Amino acid sequence: MGKTLFDKIWDSHIVMSKPEHPDAVYINTHFIHEVTSPQAFDGLRKRGIPVFRPQKTRATADHNVPTLDQHLPIKEARSRHQVEMLTKNTAEFGVELYGLGHPYQGIVHVIGPELGITLPGMTIVCGDSHTSTHGAFGAVAFGIGTSEVEQVLATQCILQYKPKRMKIEVNGTLKKGVLSKDIILYIISKISASGATGYFVEYAGDAIRNLSMEARMTICNMSIEMGARGGLIAPDETTFSYIKGRQFAPQGADWDKALAYWKTLFSDNDARFDKVLTFDAADIEPQITYGTNPGMGMGVTQHIPALDQVEEKERPSFKKSLEYMDLEPGSALLGKKIDYVFIGSCTNSRIEDLRLVADYVKGKRKADDVVVWIVPGSKQVEAQAIEEGIDKVFAEAGFQLREPGCSACLAMNEDKVPAGMYCISTSNRNFEGRQGPNARTFLASPLTAAAAALTGRVTDVRDNF
Amino acid sequence: MSKIFQHLVSAAVPVPIENIDTDQIIPARFLKATTREGFGENLFRDWRFDANNQPKADFALNNPLYSGKILVAGKNFGCGSSREHAAWAIADYGFKVVVSSFFADIFKNNALNNFILPVQVSETFLDQVFKAIEADPKAEIEVDLENQFIRIVATGEQENFDINAYKKTCLRNGYDDIDYLLSLRQDIEKYEGTRAFNF
Ligand code: SF4
Repeated sequence: MGKTLFDKIWDSHIVMSKPEHPDAVYINTHFIHEVTSPQAFDGLRKRGIPVFRPQKTRATADHNVPTLDQHLPIKEARSRHQVEMLTKNTAEFGVELYGLGHPYQGIVHVIGPELGITLPGMTIVCGDSHTSTHGAFGAVAFGIGTSEVEQVLATQCILQYKPKRMKIEVNGTLKKGVLSKDIILYIISKISASGATGYFVEYAGDAIRNLSMEARMTICNMSIEMGARGGLIAPDETTFSYIKGRQFAPQGADWDKALAYWKTLFSDNDARFDKVLTFDAADIEPQITYGTNPGMGMGVTQHIPALDQVEEKERPSFKKSLEYMDLEPGSALLGKKIDYVFIGSCTNSRIEDLRLVADYVKGKRKADDVVVWIVPGSKQVEAQAIEEGIDKVFAEAGFQLREPGCSACLAMNEDKVPAGMYCISTSNRNFEGRQGPNARTFLASPLTAAAAALTGRVTDVRDNF
Repeated sequence: MSKIFQHLVSAAVPVPIENIDTDQIIPARFLKATTREGFGENLFRDWRFDANNQPKADFALNNPLYSGKILVAGKNFGCGSSREHAAWAIADYGFKVVVSSFFADIFKNNALNNFILPVQVSETFLDQVFKAIEADPKAEIEVDLENQFIRIVATGEQENFDINAYKKTCLRNGYDDIDYLLSLRQDIEKYEGTRAFNF
């Protein structure tokens, strides 16, 4: 019987598989950042061991960094300390760091792909759940905890149970104004925030095939929001041409050899999945979430479920969520006034996202009482945006283009949405307090966010297309 | 943090909310520490305390009726961020067991790596546990790792739970994954020699 893409990669990375034991899986690339690594380095110190393969780990500072005046020392003492610890740890253990001020600095899941570090067929881990992003290249990539970061630093391996396999097919043609972010929000709203727990998902179908690399990353990024261990897409010409020529991508004879291997990376026709789901791209309209987990989403023109449409068991959690959001069951969101627009995060902060938004808002001006933050995913994205004059479009529109980092995606740094305010956000989580204590988040695509920036309200982007 | 788990009889603290994500268990602004200690103080911070840092009386952790080393929560516990700080906060607060009808994958790994036992039960049994605590806030729950069962002491209702044999051994003896991986050092080097690509 044939093998799935996931099985091909996983099986070829097993160092040791014993009955009743999790597999010891070899890791090709390990990314680290300032928040989930200090305790792991401490663990190595306590055991008196080095980093086993320091050249296979790369570090950046992203979660805690300010997104204004990055040339100045970080003001907040504990954030500064954490970033300094990363510098100290990486220097001491011989790990390459793209820290503040480095031209490669940025959100960990943005820089890996753009530098050509992320490649098809790899196993990739990081102490961060959105490591699933890298799966867009046909890699097995997943988030891990700090004890596991320590495992990888110590042995370049991780102990893991093999997840089950799910295939999600999206077929047909997307409607105008509908982006890959809408596809993934739609899928999560259909299968819930735990619908893929225990699975590794392969996305397939022509609607996925037709997406650019960056759009594919947005989909894989949010796999974790339906509970999946990770998500991946078989590499193809789109993948290969994206990678070719990037800083750390293979070159010359190495490229040819790699390419020959990458072309074997697909699920065989007779491969068996534990579960298969199929969606029609034509059914998807621009999406928006209304609740406090990413499964609580709907088409932008639809209504929040009424109480009697929610299963009785789930009502208490549903009510709690809507109380937090200060929204009524059964009501519509279209036209709802918003206070903040955040375009950024590892889901939607790449150059294509910024280009789309710039195209849409060119020559227009934001609504007066809305604060609009655009936070590029990396120094390279920022530089590219400036080179293309996108910064000027944003300035004319009254949008603030900030410096790279996680920013208001998790409000660990200085960028927070104030209590009680509504933010349309292109990030991936609408959890209570995620964007700041008592902040209220609507997740949406960069286009839907841009439309809201112009009107100051939840808007159907298709109206102005 | 004790590195061993075998058997426990304790009252339990009920948090009957579904989809509790790790941002609720420990909000991001408390992740700036560079050690593993002290996170218990901020466990469920924004549900436990209001904006003026006053305890919210209606939250279970602030209710003096409830106590014990077992946390009981609604389905899909620990979803969201991979932050192990969530497991550290739960352990630091003093919980040894979390009971739910469904756990997120990364949280489950993180919990086990910190010698917290995630006990996954059926929805029916979870309801029974919540009801038992409602009837008597001091209701005792017994958790036995050797025989893999959880029991409501007062009613005798019980259910078996799954745990992987390897993880069971780790918990019962205080072994961790790094000890095992380090013992594979030669196999890892041998594996590296077989790889066609240097990535
Ligand atoms: S942008 Fe948000 S989701 Fe992505 S790595 Fe940073 S904090 Fe995590």
